[in-house]
Amino acid sequence: MTEAREPLLQLRSLGVRFGRDGRELRPVDGVDLELRERECLGVVGESGSGKTQLLLALLGLSPPGARLSGSIRYRGEELVAAPRARLEAIRGRRIAIVFQDPLGALNPFLTIGTQLTEGARRHLGLGRRAARARAAALLATVQIDAPAERLRSYPHELSGGMRQRVLIAMALMCDPEILLLDEPTTALDVTVQAQVLELLRGLRERSGVASVFVTHDLGALASMADRIAVMYAGRLIELAPAAALYAAPLHPYTAGLLRSLPRLDVPPPARLPSIPGQPPDLAGLPAGCAFAPRCPLAHERCGTVPALRAVAGARALACHFTGTATQVDAAWSPP
Amino acid sequence: MSGATAGPADGPWRRCARRLRARPGAVAAAALLALIAAAAVLVPMLSPFDFATPSWTEIFRAPALRGGHLFGTDSLGRDLLVRVMWGCRISLLVGIAASLISVVIGAAWGAVAGFVGGRVDGTLMRIVDVLYTVPFIPFVIVLEVLFGRHFLMVFIAIGAVSWLDIARIVRGQTLSIREHEYIDAARALGVRTGAMIWRHVLPNLGGLVAVYATLAIPGIILFEALLSFLGLGVHAPLASLGSLVAEGANEMQANPYLLVIPATFLAAIILCLNRLGDALRDALDPRHEQGRHD
Amino acid sequence: MTGPRPPLLEVRELRVRYRGQRAVAGAPTDAVAGVGFDIGAGESVGLVGESGSGKSSIARALLRLVPATGSVRFEGQELLALRGAALRAVRERMQIVFQDPIGALDPHMTVQQLVTEPLLEFRAALRTQHAQQAQAMLARVGLGTELLARHPHQLSGGQAQRVGLARALILGPRLLLCDEPVASLDVSIRSQIVNLLHDMRAELGLALLFIAHDLPAVRFLCDRVLVLFRGRIVEQAPREALFGAPQHPYTRALLAANPVPDPARRPSAPPPAAAPAAAPGAPPPIAGGCAYRDRCPLAVARCTAEAPAMRAVGASLVACHRAGE
Repeated sequence: MTEAREPLLQLRSLGVRFGRDGRELRPVDGVDLELRERECLGVVGESGSGKTQLLLALLGLSPPGARLSGSIRYRGEELVAAPRARLEAIRGRRIAIVFQDPLGALNPFLTIGTQLTEGARRHLGLGRRAARARAAALLATVQIDAPAERLRSYPHELSGGMRQRVLIAMALMCDPEILLLDEPTTALDVTVQAQVLELLRGLRERSGVASVFVTHDLGALASMADRIAVMYAGRLIELAPAAALYAAPLHPYTAGLLRSLPRLDVPPPARLPSIPGQPPDLAGLPAGCAFAPRCPLAHERCGTVPALRAVAGARALACHFTGTATQVDAAWSPP
Repeated sequence: MSGATAGPADGPWRRCARRLRARPGAVAAAALLALIAAAAVLVPMLSPFDFATPSWTEIFRAPALRGGHLFGTDSLGRDLLVRVMWGCRISLLVGIAASLISVVIGAAWGAVAGFVGGRVDGTLMRIVDVLYTVPFIPFVIVLEVLFGRHFLMVFIAIGAVSWLDIARIVRGQTLSIREHEYIDAARALGVRTGAMIWRHVLPNLGGLVAVYATLAIPGIILFEALLSFLGLGVHAPLASLGSLVAEGANEMQANPYLLVIPATFLAAIILCLNRLGDALRDALDPRHEQGRHD
Repeated sequence: MTGPRPPLLEVRELRVRYRGQRAVAGAPTDAVAGVGFDIGAGESVGLVGESGSGKSSIARALLRLVPATGSVRFEGQELLALRGAALRAVRERMQIVFQDPIGALDPHMTVQQLVTEPLLEFRAALRTQHAQQAQAMLARVGLGTELLARHPHQLSGGQAQRVGLARALILGPRLLLCDEPVASLDVSIRSQIVNLLHDMRAELGLALLFIAHDLPAVRFLCDRVLVLFRGRIVEQAPREALFGAPQHPYTRALLAANPVPDPARRPSAPPPAAAPAAAPGAPPPIAGGCAYRDRCPLAVARCTAEAPAMRAVGASLVACHRAGE
């Protein structure tokens, strides 16, 4: 591995804004991130974290009225304010997305085959027969039985798990370099969720496609991501290699979120841990650190916004508290 | 999220009003409409002329800034400004009143049919289907023959027919409201059917009904104009915009202003109402809501 | 389970079939296909299963929101036969909290109106006290008076669910049905609501039917657990037995698939179901036999031939031919 390798995607102080002065909302506020080759980058956040808007901005699909600032570079090419034709050429071909709701993302009136081959015929110029052959091969890759017959099925004839596999196959049709996963397992039952995660891990090992896995569920990410970015109220607050993040979260929010995860592998506690308060309201953020109102370590200094700073172990953190992970964890424990 | 810091009393209606105010077209339409309505009320009160009294010395005066007749006079020497303002009064009154009648009957009918469902729904909607088959103009003629020519006949005739559309629309919307979880929640709480329709269905129909009512008024005004044009509506010396246009059409070669002025007012009122109705529909459309940006 | 007193709720042979579902060659197509269980006074029972297993249909059938057959006795009274005023009277004592916290609240009403609505229906005579009672109830579920004038869209999911809970509890019900009450909330908020349900249950002596796919929450909140698969109960057991020694292969798959927040350990994924892959809610046409057999790693010939009956294995009741082997 060469050191100076250019990242696949590079975000520099990316911002997404809605509305005008006075009533302005910033669902994404100054995010710096990069996605490296072959990497799975997890982006974790809850309501109001901006993770969905971040993803839409990457695809150039921000809703009308959104204003983008900063920069998104794909292999050095600037995508913010790129012409629409250029974005359309990249979208689906180089950067593909798997949406959360597999039923909503499929057109109920078209067969799976038609929908799978549409992008490949446009982007790759494949003929009908070649495209269908490729689609059948990909359905087999995502472990769907009798793929050639499935091409003739309609979305409602498939189960939720199968529809999600079809969406994954659809995203892979043009052999993209980057796969954006928008809560791909949230709408699924736990057993099916585990199967889809297994499938995604297998795909990655075989094809080496880089991915951005956006979710609210740190549990689902644990077995997938190499690095994890934690977002809160539109800002990136912690970035760390996955193992380090789960073992020793440094931001009080990350620590609180990890403690809130429902677990069966530890004995049931006397009280389920949670984070007090409500998710951030973008229209009424406090001055300074947005997490301060819910934070057990909040202090006067939290009246200013903490900048993202580098921390040992290839990590980054936006928090004024400079103690260890053990101290952060202790702050959450009931007195 | 986006609304959570808005004022504590930020209900759906206030949100709608706020979004309406953000649309210059809607504000302009409402302002022009208010201006016409105000003029229609005030001008006949302040003007020295009467809408009904002929003046044989003032026949066919052309519109002029001086001489007192701003819009000129008609074939009987009556002041056209006062007559047009009276016409606006009558037309707006017929439009609003008939639209209110049709909204009240139609919304109640459709909400009950849609919410109760089953045999009640079947019966109520078959009645609507049957009423749809009644030919309208002969119906009005029969009414006038039976009950005599009266101004009120116009309200009743128009209101009695135009509620059919709204009953159908409201029924459809009620069917979709009935699927919402808050209806199940209310039912699980033991809320009775009547209270359910009154408290949970009608307020949530409010937006649709308001849009429909606004868009129905111009249709009704045009209908009244048609009736008056055919001689079935208001009767001389009373004037509606429709009857003024009819009178003007007879004189349009020699004195085109008699046609152009009332027609312009009619067009302006209808344009404004249509514009307002469209804006209202957009403002109430939940898809125009700023989504959650999580 | 079988105390000296009759249970609060006795459900026998409950069946729910939705319009449009037609029997295919004698196949069972019921969303709920003959379910029976009891809930004792003050007892908390968990109901788990995948989407389409009929969990929500059971809750809706108990509340008479969907038509059902069979028998549901609540406080000794047969609910499925009740109509009109008698049915309304039962609603006072059996309440529900829904999955979509904001969707279950009428968008045109304020928090104050929402919480007082049940009082208006059942305690209309004591109108002057309504506002005070509503505030007291809101305080109990952890909400302040600053929210009284808000509309549902101005609440966060957690706040809206607390309002839903206040509405459900204000009449003092004996049984609270919770239909996935935390599934659509943020992870950091979920436990707040589960803890609150736990407290309310202890304070008010409520019985709970807690429908969820969040197994850790079920383990925390429930005394007994029912596992539902395609409209049938496949296992029912006290909490310790179910989580400690699950008997049905489906229960084991559910427990094993729960994600573990540790990159070093992976949840085990059961193999995808072989064809025919049915859409959720539409079980494949099986004339007899065990509904789980196409996904079951333990399936043998007998599982196709004969539907397993409920039998006791250890502390559990299980519908599986191979349990206890």
